[in-house]
Amino acid sequence: AVSHSQITRLYSRFTSLDKGENGTLSREDFQRIPELAINPLGDRIINAFFPEGEDQVNFRGFMRTLAHFRPIEDNEKSKDQNGPEPLNSRSNKLHFAFRLYDLDKDDKISRDELLQVLRMMVGVNISDEQLGSIADRTIQEADQDGDSAISFAEFVKVLEKVDVEQKMSIRFLH
Amino acid sequence: LLQWATLRIERGAKEKNHPLYKPYVNGIIAKEPTSLEEEIKEIRRSGSGKALDTPEFELSDIFYFCRKGIETIMDDEVTKRFSAEELESWNLLSRTNYNFQYISLRLTVLWGLGVLIRYCFLLPLRIALAFTGISLLVTGTTVVGYLPNGRCKEFLSKHVHLMCYRICVRALTAIITYHDRENRPRNGGICVANHTSPIDVIILASDGYYAMVGQIHGGLMGVIQRAMVKACPHVWFERSEVKDRHLVAKRLTEHVQDKSKLPILIFPEGTCINNTSVMMFKKGSFEIGATVYPVAIKYDPQFGDAFWNSSKYGMVTYLLRMMTSWAIVCSVWYLPPMTRQPEEDAVQFANRVKSAIARQGGLVDLLWDGGLKREKVKDTFKEEQQKLYSKMIVGNHEDRSRS
Repeated sequence: AVSHSQITRLYSRFTSLDKGENGTLSREDFQRIPELAINPLGDRIINAFFPEGEDQVNFRGFMRTLAHFRPIEDNEKSKDQNGPEPLNSRSNKLHFAFRLYDLDKDDKISRDELLQVLRMMVGVNISDEQLGSIADRTIQEADQDGDSAISFAEFVKVLEKVDVEQKMSIRFLH
Repeated sequence: LLQWATLRIERGAKEKNHPLYKPYVNGIIAKEPTSLEEEIKEIRRSGSGKALDTPEFELSDIFYFCRKGIETIMDDEVTKRFSAEELESWNLLSRTNYNFQYISLRLTVLWGLGVLIRYCFLLPLRIALAFTGISLLVTGTTVVGYLPNGRCKEFLSKHVHLMCYRICVRALTAIITYHDRENRPRNGGICVANHTSPIDVIILASDGYYAMVGQIHGGLMGVIQRAMVKACPHVWFERSEVKDRHLVAKRLTEHVQDKSKLPILIFPEGTCINNTSVMMFKKGSFEIGATVYPVAIKYDPQFGDAFWNSSKYGMVTYLLRMMTSWAIVCSVWYLPPMTRQPEEDAVQFANRVKSAIARQGGLVDLLWDGGLKREKVKDTFKEEQQKLYSKMIVGNHEDRSRS
């Protein structure tokens, strides 16, 4: 579980971001962080905090999203398999990344969605044609059921060897 | 005494099982200092056995941006520079206490005593001194202004300035340690320092005779400025002139070229930073071509934090907070003079000076602009990231332009 001091620290962080002092964060509050504003996928990441159709996120929602990035401790692996899957499981971490691609939330990454994300990451530096062929190649390699889109299962298969646990985890110093 | 107070809080908190807020000055999460390229290669390396030298796109690349983004949401390098530094141990001022709980009678009594001393004894004393200092400055410089230009006027002007600044230093109970005073700025030079508060000016000017640079204000500030310039040439700008960079550069250049004129005091960050880091230096002062005398100022926040959070407190509130702290303790280091080398431009020179100051003062050297306190970050930084990433998926020789 998240330790008490970690929660206190994150709450302090939440309040320092909350310029309006109303107990919730808006998208503008996130965009005020310079290092996030220059992240090519900044807006997508910010979106992940806001539930469907809402413009404010409270501390609970804030923590819930951040919980995906807790490291997977060894003792949790042997926990009760019948309980609900923890937010920071490998599968949920992958799901988080999947949702950054899958804008319309139809559980498939279409060619257009992939192109959109690619365009965000490369800016103006690559032509449409080249980007298109990169997208095509990626879908071709991942697609197994022939629907020209990447489903979550196909996504997981492509990334089965990647050290997701480590790459999508953030360690607290204390 | 203060260590004891902190231990007492910790002990009291444990006894009552209250959650204790511990400030962590070095950041709360572990961040790896690797570059975009290295990180993405690492992710790809763990995912596939393919050759890593060929540029291509991998679905897992997104992990890099995703994690970096979340890291900055949890703890970033910039936004925390615009609010007062958190202390490791409590200094009996309620403004720095994050726990706000009743812990023990002894502690509360001590704190109450502190309040009494600070507000009823120290504050009136300090206000009286400040009042004396400022009125002496205004009257003294005005009187000296009537004298004909010459050695006598200069001598008197210098001593009036120094004396009044020293009174103001006492008014704040500033305990200053000057280091390497042999490197003090000379005529025709520019003195640059990191900026934490308006008090920086008082601290430096009480140990040396400088020409100030700044915008003319109204009110009391304006009265002081107008009086000061009668005794010796300071460089004050009208509000409209401040926007005109060429005009500013021209006037500063004229000033430094006149060797009889005093060294100029400039704070290139352009805004107050909380003294844990040095942010981007504006290149204007480094283009003039004069010798630069860097000065590092480091405050010890234990007895009173000097940082002026101008979005939270006005000038008067800020000064009152300063005068009701225990003391302002700081160290000033005069660094050896630097000049622009032929192969570096103004920006590189500015960064070199900034690094020297950061190193001496034990501050974090940041490239970020202090103006981010109020403004949005420029898009060019995002574009740089996008460019770097593009290289990783198509390499250098491919066609890069968007058709």
